[in-house]
Amino acid sequence: MLSVRRLRRPDLLEASLTLAEGECLAIRGASGSGKSLLLRAIADLDPNEGEITLDGVHREAIPAPDWRRQVCYLPAEAGWWADELGAHFGDWERASVFFRRLGLEDARQDWPIARLSTGERQRFALSRALAINPRVLLLDEPTSGLDQAAITAVEDLIAECRETGTGVIWVTHDPVQAERVADRWLYLENGRLREALPFPRETLTCEPEAPLSDDPTAISGKAVQ
Amino acid sequence: MNAIALSNWDLVLAALLILINGALSIALSLGLERQLLISTIRMIVQLTLVGLVLTTLFSHVSPLWTGLAALAMIAFAGREVTARQERRLAGGWSYGLGTGCMLFAAGVVTIFALSTQVSPDPWYHPRYAIPLLGMVLGNTMTGVSLGLHTLTSTLTRERAAVEARLMLGANRHEALLPVTRTAMKAAMMPIINSMAAIGLVALPGMMTGQILAGADPAEAVKYQILVMFLIAGGTSIGATGVVLAGGRRLTDARHRLRLDRLQAGKAA
Repeated sequence: MLSVRRLRRPDLLEASLTLAEGECLAIRGASGSGKSLLLRAIADLDPNEGEITLDGVHREAIPAPDWRRQVCYLPAEAGWWADELGAHFGDWERASVFFRRLGLEDARQDWPIARLSTGERQRFALSRALAINPRVLLLDEPTSGLDQAAITAVEDLIAECRETGTGVIWVTHDPVQAERVADRWLYLENGRLREALPFPRETLTCEPEAPLSDDPTAISGKAVQ
Repeated sequence: MNAIALSNWDLVLAALLILINGALSIALSLGLERQLLISTIRMIVQLTLVGLVLTTLFSHVSPLWTGLAALAMIAFAGREVTARQERRLAGGWSYGLGTGCMLFAAGVVTIFALSTQVSPDPWYHPRYAIPLLGMVLGNTMTGVSLGLHTLTSTLTRERAAVEARLMLGANRHEALLPVTRTAMKAAMMPIINSMAAIGLVALPGMMTGQILAGADPAEAVKYQILVMFLIAGGTSIGATGVVLAGGRRLTDARHRLRLDRLQAGKAA
Protein backbone atom coordinates (compact mmCIF):
# COMPACT_ATOMS: atom_id res chain seq x y z
CA MET A 1 0.00 0.00 0.00
CA LEU A 2 2.59 2.52 1.15
CA SER A 3 5.94 2.48 -0.58
CA VAL A 4 8.86 4.66 0.44
CA ARG A 5 11.86 4.55 -1.85
CA ARG A 6 15.05 6.43 -1.06
CA LEU A 7 13.43 8.96 1.23
CA ARG A 8 16.22 11.44 1.88
CA ARG A 9 17.06 14.37 4.06
CA PRO A 10 20.69 15.28 3.38
CA ASP A 11 23.03 14.23 6.22
CA LEU A 12 20.10 13.09 8.33
CA LEU A 13 18.17 10.33 6.73
CA GLU A 14 18.00 7.89 3.88
CA ALA A 15 15.41 5.18 4.06
CA SER A 16 13.29 2.81 2.00
CA LEU A 17 10.45 0.68 3.19
CA THR A 18 7.14 -0.79 2.14
CA LEU A 19 4.00 -1.30 4.13
CA ALA A 20 1.15 -3.58 3.16
CA GLU A 21 -2.50 -3.05 3.99
CA GLY A 22 -3.17 -3.91 7.62
CA GLU A 23 0.49 -4.46 8.29
CA CYS A 24 2.37 -3.14 11.31
CA LEU A 25 6.01 -2.25 11.02
CA ALA A 26 7.92 -1.49 14.20
CA ILE A 27 10.88 0.85 14.09
CA ARG A 28 13.35 1.00 16.92
CA GLY A 29 16.50 2.98 17.35
CA ALA A 30 18.44 5.00 19.87
CA SER A 31 17.34 8.51 20.77
CA GLY A 32 18.47 10.89 18.08
CA SER A 33 18.74 8.23 15.40
CA GLY A 34 16.07 9.98 13.35
CA LYS A 35 12.91 7.99 14.09
CA SER A 36 10.73 11.07 14.40
CA LEU A 37 12.47 12.67 11.40
CA LEU A 38 11.62 9.59 9.35
CA LEU A 39 7.92 9.70 10.28
CA ARG A 40 7.77 13.47 9.76
CA ALA A 41 9.36 13.08 6.35
CA ILE A 42 6.86 10.38 5.30
CA ALA A 43 4.03 12.70 6.40
CA ASP A 44 5.74 15.44 4.36
CA LEU A 45 6.10 17.79 7.32
CA ASP A 46 9.72 18.65 6.52
CA PRO A 47 11.35 19.18 3.14
CA ASN A 48 12.55 15.81 1.84
CA GLU A 49 13.16 13.92 -1.36
CA GLY A 50 12.29 10.46 -2.49
CA GLU A 51 9.68 8.41 -4.23
CA ILE A 52 6.75 7.87 -1.91
CA THR A 53 3.54 6.34 -3.14
CA LEU A 54 0.23 5.34 -1.59
CA ASP A 55 -1.59 2.68 -3.63
CA GLY A 56 0.73 3.55 -6.51
CA VAL A 57 -0.13 7.26 -6.49
CA HIS A 58 2.84 9.56 -6.03
CA ARG A 59 2.78 11.78 -2.98
CA GLU A 60 3.43 14.86 -5.09
CA ALA A 61 0.26 14.18 -7.05
CA ILE A 62 -1.81 14.46 -3.88
CA PRO A 63 -2.33 17.86 -2.18
CA ALA A 64 -0.36 17.88 1.07
CA PRO A 65 -3.40 18.26 3.38
CA ASP A 66 -5.07 15.23 1.72
CA TRP A 67 -1.85 13.25 1.97
CA ARG A 68 -1.60 13.95 5.71
CA ARG A 69 -5.21 12.92 6.24
CA GLN A 70 -4.41 9.58 4.62
CA VAL A 71 -0.92 9.15 6.07
CA CYS A 72 -1.41 10.55 9.53
CA TYR A 73 1.50 11.23 11.85
CA LEU A 74 0.91 11.12 15.59
CA PRO A 75 3.87 12.73 17.39
CA ALA A 76 4.98 11.65 20.85
CA GLU A 77 3.80 14.97 22.21
CA ALA A 78 0.87 16.21 20.21
CA GLY A 79 0.05 19.89 19.87
CA TRP A 80 -3.16 21.57 20.99
CA TRP A 81 -4.31 24.78 19.36
CA ALA A 82 -7.26 25.72 21.54
CA ASP A 83 -7.78 25.94 25.31
CA GLU A 84 -10.67 23.50 25.46
CA LEU A 85 -10.71 19.86 24.43
CA GLY A 86 -13.82 20.01 22.24
CA ALA A 87 -12.33 22.49 19.77
CA HIS A 88 -9.78 19.90 18.66
CA PHE A 89 -12.34 17.45 17.32
CA GLY A 90 -14.23 18.07 14.13
CA ASP A 91 -16.76 15.43 15.03
CA TRP A 92 -16.99 14.85 18.78
CA GLU A 93 -19.48 11.99 18.48
CA ARG A 94 -17.21 10.11 16.13
CA ALA A 95 -14.19 10.63 18.38
CA SER A 96 -16.23 9.50 21.42
CA VAL A 97 -16.22 5.98 20.05
CA PHE A 98 -12.45 5.96 20.55
CA PHE A 99 -12.69 7.72 23.93
CA ARG A 100 -14.76 4.82 25.22
CA ARG A 101 -12.22 2.30 23.99
CA LEU A 102 -9.36 4.16 25.64
CA GLY A 103 -10.86 4.70 29.08
CA LEU A 104 -11.79 8.32 28.39
CA GLU A 105 -15.57 7.89 28.41
CA ASP A 106 -16.03 10.75 30.91
CA ALA A 107 -14.50 13.28 28.48
CA ARG A 108 -16.32 16.59 28.13
CA GLN A 109 -15.86 19.19 25.46
CA ASP A 110 -15.18 22.00 27.95
CA TRP A 111 -12.24 20.23 29.60
CA PRO A 112 -9.25 22.58 29.59
CA ILE A 113 -6.25 21.10 27.79
CA ALA A 114 -3.92 22.50 30.45
CA ARG A 115 -5.44 20.21 33.08
CA LEU A 116 -5.09 16.96 31.15
CA SER A 117 -2.36 14.54 32.19
CA THR A 118 0.31 13.42 29.72
CA GLY A 119 -1.38 10.05 29.36
CA GLU A 120 -4.79 11.60 28.74
CA ARG A 121 -3.38 13.94 26.12
CA GLN A 122 -1.72 11.01 24.41
CA ARG A 123 -4.97 9.07 24.20
CA PHE A 124 -6.99 12.12 23.12
CA ALA A 125 -4.42 12.80 20.41
CA LEU A 126 -4.70 9.19 19.23
CA SER A 127 -8.49 9.50 19.13
CA ARG A 128 -8.18 12.74 17.19
CA ALA A 129 -5.96 11.03 14.61
CA LEU A 130 -8.15 7.91 14.35
CA ALA A 131 -11.25 10.07 13.92
CA ILE A 132 -10.03 11.31 10.54
CA ASN A 133 -9.77 7.67 9.44
CA PRO A 134 -6.27 7.56 7.90
CA ARG A 135 -5.09 4.72 5.64
CA VAL A 136 -1.67 4.72 7.29
CA LEU A 137 -0.89 5.62 10.90
CA LEU A 138 2.59 6.83 11.79
CA LEU A 139 2.77 6.36 15.55
CA ASP A 140 5.64 7.91 17.48
CA GLU A 141 5.89 6.30 20.92
CA PRO A 142 2.10 6.25 21.29
CA THR A 143 2.14 4.57 24.70
CA SER A 144 5.17 6.14 26.37
CA GLY A 145 3.18 7.90 29.10
CA LEU A 146 0.57 5.21 29.74
CA ASP A 147 -0.03 2.59 32.42
CA GLN A 148 -0.34 -1.09 31.53
CA ALA A 149 -4.12 -1.07 31.22
CA ALA A 150 -4.06 1.91 28.88
CA ILE A 151 -1.21 0.42 26.84
CA THR A 152 -3.27 -2.72 26.31
CA ALA A 153 -6.30 -0.62 25.33
CA VAL A 154 -4.23 1.32 22.77
CA GLU A 155 -2.66 -1.83 21.34
CA ASP A 156 -6.05 -3.54 21.03
CA LEU A 157 -7.56 -0.51 19.32
CA ILE A 158 -4.69 -0.28 16.83
CA ALA A 159 -4.94 -4.00 16.15
CA GLU A 160 -8.62 -3.51 15.32
CA CYS A 161 -7.80 -0.66 12.94
CA ARG A 162 -5.35 -2.97 11.20
CA GLU A 163 -8.10 -5.49 10.63
CA THR A 164 -9.93 -2.89 8.54
CA GLY A 165 -6.79 -2.36 6.44
CA THR A 166 -5.01 0.51 8.17
CA GLY A 167 -1.25 0.19 7.86
CA VAL A 168 0.80 1.13 10.90
CA ILE A 169 4.39 2.25 11.36
CA TRP A 170 5.03 2.10 15.06
CA VAL A 171 8.08 3.70 16.62
CA THR A 172 8.84 2.26 20.04
CA HIS A 173 11.74 1.89 22.41
CA ASP A 174 10.35 -1.25 23.93
CA PRO A 175 11.48 -4.46 22.14
CA VAL A 176 8.81 -6.45 23.93
CA GLN A 177 6.11 -4.14 22.65
CA ALA A 178 7.66 -4.18 19.18
CA GLU A 179 7.55 -7.97 19.18
CA ARG A 180 3.95 -7.92 20.41
CA VAL A 181 2.42 -5.42 18.00
CA ALA A 182 4.38 -5.68 14.76
CA ASP A 183 4.72 -8.06 11.82
CA ARG A 184 8.13 -6.79 10.84
CA TRP A 185 10.89 -4.86 12.57
CA LEU A 186 13.42 -2.33 11.44
CA TYR A 187 16.22 -0.67 13.31
CA LEU A 188 17.20 2.91 12.59
CA GLU A 189 20.79 3.91 13.12
CA ASN A 190 22.30 7.21 12.00
CA GLY A 191 19.40 7.79 9.69
CA ARG A 192 19.73 4.36 7.99
CA LEU A 193 17.25 1.51 8.32
CA ARG A 194 18.28 -2.10 8.72
CA GLU A 195 16.57 -5.35 9.57
CA ALA A 196 16.39 -6.13 13.25
CA LEU A 197 14.57 -8.95 14.92
CA PRO A 198 13.53 -8.26 18.49
CA PHE A 199 13.41 -12.04 18.76
CA PRO A 200 14.09 -14.53 15.95
CA ARG A 201 11.04 -15.29 13.91
CA GLU A 202 10.64 -17.70 11.04
CA THR A 203 7.66 -16.03 9.46
CA LEU A 204 9.67 -12.95 8.59
CA THR A 205 10.87 -12.75 5.05
CA CYS A 206 13.36 -10.21 4.08
CA GLU A 207 15.44 -9.84 1.02
CA PRO A 208 17.98 -7.15 0.38
CA GLU A 209 17.19 -4.67 -2.33
CA ALA A 210 19.73 -2.49 -4.03
CA PRO A 211 22.00 -0.84 -1.47
CA LEU A 212 20.71 2.58 -0.54
CA SER A 213 24.06 4.26 -0.54
CA ASP A 214 27.61 3.54 0.44
CA ASP A 215 26.26 1.79 3.51
CA PRO A 216 26.05 -1.90 2.54
CA THR A 217 24.27 -2.89 5.74
CA ALA A 218 21.30 -0.67 4.99
CA ILE A 219 18.64 -2.90 3.50
CA SER A 220 14.92 -2.73 3.52
CA GLY A 221 12.30 -5.31 4.37
CA LYS A 222 9.89 -6.58 1.80
CA ALA A 223 6.28 -6.72 2.73
CA VAL A 224 4.61 -10.05 3.24
CA GLN A 225 1.80 -9.57 0.76
CA MET B 1 0.67 82.36 12.71
CA ASN B 2 2.94 83.53 15.49
CA ALA B 3 5.02 80.74 16.95
CA ILE B 4 7.29 81.58 19.88
CA ALA B 5 10.83 80.90 18.67
CA LEU B 6 13.13 78.86 20.93
CA SER B 7 16.69 79.88 21.68
CA ASN B 8 19.49 77.31 21.99
CA TRP B 9 19.62 77.98 25.72
CA ASP B 10 16.00 76.91 26.05
CA LEU B 11 17.00 73.51 24.63
CA VAL B 12 20.03 73.16 26.87
CA LEU B 13 17.80 73.79 29.86
CA ALA B 14 15.36 71.12 28.70
CA ALA B 15 18.24 68.70 28.14
CA LEU B 16 18.78 68.79 31.92
CA LEU B 17 15.82 66.41 32.18
CA ILE B 18 17.76 63.79 30.21
CA LEU B 19 20.80 64.37 32.39
CA ILE B 20 18.67 63.70 35.47
CA ASN B 21 17.47 60.49 33.85
CA GLY B 22 21.05 59.44 33.19
CA ALA B 23 22.11 60.24 36.74
CA LEU B 24 19.19 58.17 38.08
CA SER B 25 20.14 55.26 35.87
CA ILE B 26 23.72 55.34 37.20
CA ALA B 27 22.65 55.81 40.82
CA LEU B 28 20.20 52.88 40.68
CA SER B 29 22.48 50.85 38.37
CA LEU B 30 19.71 50.40 35.83
CA GLY B 31 22.24 50.18 33.00
CA LEU B 32 20.22 52.48 30.78
CA GLU B 33 22.65 55.40 30.57
CA ARG B 34 24.52 54.16 27.51
CA GLN B 35 21.40 53.55 25.45
CA LEU B 36 19.91 56.81 26.71
CA LEU B 37 22.99 58.74 25.64
CA ILE B 38 23.12 57.14 22.21
CA SER B 39 19.41 57.71 21.60
CA THR B 40 19.65 61.33 22.72
CA ILE B 41 22.55 62.05 20.41
CA ARG B 42 20.80 60.25 17.56
CA MET B 43 17.66 62.29 18.19
CA ILE B 44 19.54 65.60 18.10
CA VAL B 45 21.63 64.73 15.03
CA GLN B 46 18.74 63.20 13.08
CA LEU B 47 16.33 66.05 13.78
CA THR B 48 18.92 68.71 12.93
CA LEU B 49 19.68 66.94 9.67
CA VAL B 50 15.98 66.62 8.88
CA GLY B 51 15.59 70.35 9.52
CA LEU B 52 18.35 71.06 7.00
CA VAL B 53 16.95 68.59 4.49
CA LEU B 54 13.42 69.98 4.78
CA THR B 55 14.65 73.56 4.39
CA THR B 56 16.47 72.55 1.22
CA LEU B 57 13.54 70.51 -0.09
CA PHE B 58 11.10 73.38 0.49
CA SER B 59 13.29 75.80 -1.40
CA HIS B 60 13.32 73.55 -4.50
CA VAL B 61 9.85 72.07 -4.95
CA SER B 62 11.11 69.14 -7.02
CA PRO B 63 9.19 65.85 -7.50
CA LEU B 64 12.50 64.02 -7.91
CA TRP B 65 14.05 65.19 -4.65
CA THR B 66 10.80 64.85 -2.73
CA GLY B 67 10.45 61.30 -4.04
CA LEU B 68 14.03 60.44 -3.13
CA ALA B 69 13.55 61.82 0.38
CA ALA B 70 10.39 59.72 0.76
CA LEU B 71 12.21 56.58 -0.42
CA ALA B 72 15.07 57.25 1.99
CA MET B 73 12.60 57.55 4.86
CA ILE B 74 11.00 54.24 3.91
CA ALA B 75 14.40 52.56 3.60
CA PHE B 76 15.32 53.72 7.12
CA ALA B 77 11.96 52.54 8.42
CA GLY B 78 12.71 49.13 6.90
CA ARG B 79 16.00 49.01 8.76
CA GLU B 80 14.23 49.93 11.97
CA VAL B 81 11.64 47.16 11.46
CA THR B 82 14.42 44.62 10.89
CA ALA B 83 16.32 45.77 13.96
CA ARG B 84 13.25 45.20 16.13
CA GLN B 85 12.93 41.55 15.11
CA GLU B 86 14.08 38.96 17.59
CA ARG B 87 13.94 36.27 14.91
CA ARG B 88 14.56 37.43 11.40
CA LEU B 89 13.55 35.76 8.21
CA ALA B 90 16.70 34.39 6.62
CA GLY B 91 18.09 35.90 3.46
CA GLY B 92 17.02 39.50 4.02
CA TRP B 93 13.32 38.66 3.83
CA SER B 94 12.51 40.62 6.99
CA TYR B 95 13.91 43.79 5.47
CA GLY B 96 12.37 43.07 2.09
CA LEU B 97 8.88 42.28 3.34
CA GLY B 98 8.88 45.05 5.94
CA THR B 99 10.07 47.70 3.52
CA GLY B 100 7.82 46.50 0.71
CA CYS B 101 4.71 46.56 2.88
CA MET B 102 5.54 50.00 4.27
CA LEU B 103 6.29 51.37 0.81
CA PHE B 104 2.93 50.16 -0.41
CA ALA B 105 0.86 51.11 2.65
CA ALA B 106 2.38 54.50 3.44
CA GLY B 107 2.69 55.34 -0.26
CA VAL B 108 -0.94 54.57 -1.08
CA VAL B 109 -2.28 56.40 1.98
CA THR B 110 -0.10 59.49 1.55
CA ILE B 111 -0.84 59.83 -2.15
CA PHE B 112 -4.54 59.33 -1.41
CA ALA B 113 -4.46 62.18 1.12
CA LEU B 114 -2.41 64.44 -1.13
CA SER B 115 -4.61 63.90 -4.13
CA THR B 116 -7.95 64.31 -2.33
CA GLN B 117 -8.22 65.84 1.16
CA VAL B 118 -5.09 67.97 1.44
CA SER B 119 -4.41 68.60 -2.28
CA PRO B 120 -1.65 71.19 -2.23
CA ASP B 121 -0.40 72.69 -5.46
CA PRO B 122 1.63 70.93 -6.81
CA TRP B 123 0.37 67.72 -5.12
CA TYR B 124 3.92 66.56 -4.34
CA HIS B 125 4.81 69.80 -2.51
CA PRO B 126 7.30 68.61 0.14
CA ARG B 127 5.79 70.90 2.83
CA TYR B 128 2.75 68.59 2.81
CA ALA B 129 4.05 65.34 1.35
CA ILE B 130 6.98 64.79 3.71
CA PRO B 131 5.24 65.50 7.06
CA LEU B 132 2.18 63.45 6.04
CA LEU B 133 4.36 60.54 4.94
CA GLY B 134 6.37 60.88 8.14
CA MET B 135 3.32 60.58 10.36
CA VAL B 136 1.80 57.70 8.40
CA LEU B 137 5.14 55.91 8.07
CA GLY B 138 6.06 56.23 11.76
CA ASN B 139 2.87 54.47 12.81
CA THR B 140 2.85 51.99 9.95
CA MET B 141 6.37 51.03 10.97
CA THR B 142 5.21 50.24 14.50
CA GLY B 143 2.38 48.11 13.14
CA VAL B 144 4.54 46.29 10.62
CA SER B 145 7.33 45.55 13.07
CA LEU B 146 4.93 44.41 15.82
CA GLY B 147 3.01 42.26 13.36
CA LEU B 148 6.08 40.55 11.98
CA HIS B 149 7.66 40.14 15.41
CA THR B 150 4.51 38.62 16.88
CA LEU B 151 4.09 36.35 13.87
CA THR B 152 7.58 34.89 14.09
CA SER B 153 7.72 34.57 17.87
CA THR B 154 4.21 33.10 18.16
CA LEU B 155 4.89 30.63 15.36
CA THR B 156 8.08 29.53 17.08
CA ARG B 157 6.29 29.12 20.40
CA GLU B 158 3.16 27.53 18.94
CA ARG B 159 4.96 25.29 16.49
CA ALA B 160 3.47 22.09 17.94
CA ALA B 161 -0.06 23.52 17.80
CA VAL B 162 0.29 24.71 14.20
CA GLU B 163 1.83 21.42 13.08
CA ALA B 164 -0.87 19.47 14.92
CA ARG B 165 -3.41 21.08 12.61
CA LEU B 166 -1.27 20.38 9.55
CA MET B 167 -0.90 16.73 10.59
CA LEU B 168 -4.68 16.43 10.71
CA GLY B 169 -5.02 17.73 7.17
CA ALA B 170 -5.47 21.47 7.63
CA ASN B 171 -4.03 23.68 4.91
CA ARG B 172 -1.46 26.28 5.81
CA HIS B 173 -3.99 29.10 5.95
CA GLU B 174 -6.21 27.23 8.43
CA ALA B 175 -3.26 26.05 10.50
CA LEU B 176 -1.81 29.54 10.78
CA LEU B 177 -5.09 31.36 11.41
CA PRO B 178 -4.86 31.63 15.24
CA VAL B 179 -1.28 32.91 14.92
CA THR B 180 -2.24 35.32 12.12
CA ARG B 181 -4.99 36.65 14.36
CA THR B 182 -2.63 37.15 17.30
CA ALA B 183 -0.12 38.96 15.10
CA MET B 184 -2.76 41.25 13.56
CA LYS B 185 -4.12 42.08 17.01
CA ALA B 186 -0.65 42.98 18.27
CA ALA B 187 -0.04 45.14 15.20
CA MET B 188 -3.33 47.01 15.42
CA MET B 189 -3.56 47.43 19.21
CA PRO B 190 -1.38 50.59 19.44
CA ILE B 191 -3.42 52.54 16.89
CA ILE B 192 -6.75 51.28 18.27
CA ASN B 193 -5.70 52.22 21.80
CA SER B 194 -4.37 55.58 20.74
CA MET B 195 -7.60 56.43 18.88
CA ALA B 196 -9.54 55.51 22.03
CA ALA B 197 -7.38 57.59 24.35
CA ILE B 198 -6.65 60.51 22.06
CA GLY B 199 -7.80 63.90 23.32
CA LEU B 200 -8.60 62.55 26.78
CA VAL B 201 -5.26 61.20 27.86
CA ALA B 202 -2.89 62.36 25.16
CA LEU B 203 -2.93 65.41 22.96
CA PRO B 204 -1.36 64.35 19.70
CA GLY B 205 1.87 66.00 18.62
CA MET B 206 0.67 67.25 15.27
CA MET B 207 -2.40 68.97 16.69
CA THR B 208 -0.53 70.55 19.60
CA GLY B 209 2.14 71.61 17.13
CA GLN B 210 -0.42 73.44 15.02
CA ILE B 211 -1.97 75.02 18.11
CA LEU B 212 1.45 76.11 19.43
CA ALA B 213 2.10 77.59 15.99
CA GLY B 214 -1.04 79.69 16.39
CA ALA B 215 -3.65 77.69 14.44
CA ASP B 216 -7.33 77.66 15.39
CA PRO B 217 -7.90 74.56 17.63
CA ALA B 218 -11.01 73.52 15.68
CA GLU B 219 -9.01 73.48 12.44
CA ALA B 220 -6.15 71.65 14.15
CA VAL B 221 -8.61 69.03 15.41
CA LYS B 222 -9.97 68.44 11.92
CA TYR B 223 -6.46 67.91 10.66
CA GLN B 224 -5.74 65.51 13.49
CA ILE B 225 -8.84 63.45 12.74
CA LEU B 226 -7.76 63.20 9.11
CA VAL B 227 -4.27 62.14 10.21
CA MET B 228 -5.67 59.48 12.55
CA PHE B 229 -7.67 58.00 9.68
CA LEU B 230 -4.60 57.99 7.49
CA ILE B 231 -2.50 56.38 10.21
CA ALA B 232 -5.10 53.70 10.92
CA GLY B 233 -5.40 52.99 7.21
CA GLY B 234 -1.66 52.81 6.65
CA THR B 235 -1.09 50.62 9.72
CA SER B 236 -3.77 48.12 8.80
CA ILE B 237 -2.68 47.84 5.16
CA GLY B 238 0.98 47.48 6.13
CA ALA B 239 0.37 45.04 8.98
CA THR B 240 -2.04 42.85 6.99
CA GLY B 241 0.47 42.72 4.16
CA VAL B 242 3.44 41.81 6.30
CA VAL B 243 1.59 39.24 8.44
CA LEU B 244 0.09 37.45 5.44
CA ALA B 245 3.30 37.60 3.41
CA GLY B 246 5.38 36.54 6.43
CA GLY B 247 3.02 33.62 7.05
CA ARG B 248 3.36 32.58 3.42
CA ARG B 249 7.14 32.80 3.60
CA LEU B 250 7.20 30.62 6.73
CA THR B 251 5.17 27.88 5.06
CA ASP B 252 5.57 26.32 1.64
CA ALA B 253 3.50 25.01 -1.23
CA ARG B 254 3.36 21.55 0.39
CA HIS B 255 1.75 23.21 3.45
CA ARG B 256 4.72 22.65 5.72
CA LEU B 257 5.74 24.97 8.52
CA ARG B 258 9.19 26.26 7.53
CA LEU B 259 10.76 27.67 10.67
CA ASP B 260 14.12 26.81 9.10
CA ARG B 261 13.58 30.03 7.15
CA LEU B 262 14.08 31.96 10.39
CA GLN B 263 17.47 32.90 11.69
CA ALA B 264 18.10 33.78 15.29
CA GLY B 265 18.94 37.46 15.38
CA LYS B 266 19.80 39.80 18.17
CA ALA B 267 17.04 41.34 20.21
CA ALA B 268 16.69 45.03 19.51
